[in-house]
Amino acid sequence: MSLSVTLAHRFPGHVLDVAFEAPAGLTALFGQSGTGKTTIVNAVAGLLQPDSGRILVNENVLLDTTRKIDVPVHRRRIGYVFQEARLFPHLTVRQNLHYGRWMTGAKVMDDAQIIDLLGIRPLLSRRPGALSGGERQRVALGRALLSAPELLLMDEPLAALDDARKAEILPYLERLRDESGVPILYVSHSIAEVARLATTVVALDGGRIARAGPAAEVLSDPDVVPALGIRDAGAIVSGQVLQHHDDGLSEIALSAGSLLLPRVDCPVGDRMRLRIAAGDVMLGRVRPDGLSALNVLPVTVESLRQSSPSETIVKLRAGEDALLARISNRSVSRLEVAPGLALFAIVKSASIARRNTDGSAG
Amino acid sequence: MTWLGPEELDAVLLSLRVSLWATLCSLPLGLWVAFLLARGRFPGRQLLNGLVHLPLILPPVVTGYLLLITFGRNGPLGRFLEDTFGLIFAFRWTGAVLAAAVMAFPLMVRAMRLSIEAVDPKLEEAAATLGASRVWVFLTVTLPLIAPGIVAGAILAFAKAMGEFGATITFVANIPGATQTLPSAVYAFLQVPGGEAQATRLVIVAIVISLGALLASELLARRIQRRVTGS
Repeated sequence: MSLSVTLAHRFPGHVLDVAFEAPAGLTALFGQSGTGKTTIVNAVAGLLQPDSGRILVNENVLLDTTRKIDVPVHRRRIGYVFQEARLFPHLTVRQNLHYGRWMTGAKVMDDAQIIDLLGIRPLLSRRPGALSGGERQRVALGRALLSAPELLLMDEPLAALDDARKAEILPYLERLRDESGVPILYVSHSIAEVARLATTVVALDGGRIARAGPAAEVLSDPDVVPALGIRDAGAIVSGQVLQHHDDGLSEIALSAGSLLLPRVDCPVGDRMRLRIAAGDVMLGRVRPDGLSALNVLPVTVESLRQSSPSETIVKLRAGEDALLARISNRSVSRLEVAPGLALFAIVKSASIARRNTDGSAG
Repeated sequence: MTWLGPEELDAVLLSLRVSLWATLCSLPLGLWVAFLLARGRFPGRQLLNGLVHLPLILPPVVTGYLLLITFGRNGPLGRFLEDTFGLIFAFRWTGAVLAAAVMAFPLMVRAMRLSIEAVDPKLEEAAATLGASRVWVFLTVTLPLIAPGIVAGAILAFAKAMGEFGATITFVANIPGATQTLPSAVYAFLQVPGGEAQATRLVIVAIVISLGALLASELLARRIQRRVTGS
């Protein structure tokens, strides 16, 4: 199960020129607004005819401009979840869910299971007008899945929702990624969503691919930072819950040491991915003493990259994981930071990017 | 309807028949033109728009005269239609249908066009990604969503056709039993001394039919709207 995309398209004012492979799992198209993410997804869906390109899903050619192949939208067997749910207002939830099957005759074996997975069984006889935003988006997800797609496209499916609704849907997306077996192409400009969901990341910058690869690798690559926007720079590290302490802290083991975080809602032994923003990491030449911060990891400097006239992103090696730190240029010269230097990283905070990851993920 | 005289009854029945046929015949064409105007991107769209709206702004007598010289038995289209299909419009009830249809057309197209423009094309895109071909998208998404507009357009056209007078009398004259519609009959009765009672009866019938149509369209539109929005 995989997707292969090569596209070139010229708009008034900008150009899109990309080529990437999306393996099984969730591939996030990530980048700032106007970098062509939605254009790529629409071209894969067939809603937009690119100037030239080639799109394959599982060896099936959907588009090949050199061979003049262009499979029409309704024959592409693609499930598309839009930013706005786009449910049919004149049909009930049940009719919306079964729309794809009416049209294609394709029967999903486990439609009851999908309806339960999304928790939409109580909504079946309601109409979209009477649903909340989160419910609508879950129904839209179910509708796309029940059309028996070979590929799922999601264009900012959570962007229109508030944080509470996002938290409601994210677990469903994780289960979908892990249990459905359908590759997912996911557009987002939210680093939190991408860090939590993506197995593969395609980072876009100005209509071109800045970097593509496994999520943890791409998101902690300082070269990608400008494309992601400086506020978003951060590293993904994997850890395992070691112990829950009585004072409300949980101890997470990393390859280079352990971190104390506010209570993590996972049983001891669970593996997870943490995201540590570059701005939340300080550097010191000696192990700090008399500091309120609890989390100190020994690290080695790998590379430096000036990210702005006054700041530098330092890529660090912490055991098997990579860390990023954003520090001022003045600190770089004062600490004489250079590749190979051994330092201590003070981690001010970390957020859980993804729970229940097995050892091989990302 | 025993209190209506035979001549009056003829006029009422003819008007109903003419309006019904005018509405039914212009429905498919009206829907097509409404789609062209709402969605089409072609040169001459504004021209088509102007042409459709012309009967609304022209004096009805002028429209009737234009129909007479085009669709009359010596008119270019009239002769062609008579030779090929045996279809004669001039001074027949079919001509009244044509005049009523032409006069009601802009109102019908306008109502339909507004409802088509209100349909979010994104819903049609969504239907296509779920495997619906263009025909199925139209039948299962577009058509149900514009149904209230179609009903409103049809009722509006029917009411307009019932009341059409100027173009009809110019094109097909005022022949009792053949082309004398309800408004023409009212006019004719008012021309003869002592015809006020007959005219008044017809006026009452006209009011009842118009109000009935309005009421029916309100109820129907509300029911469809409720089904469409699901609120």
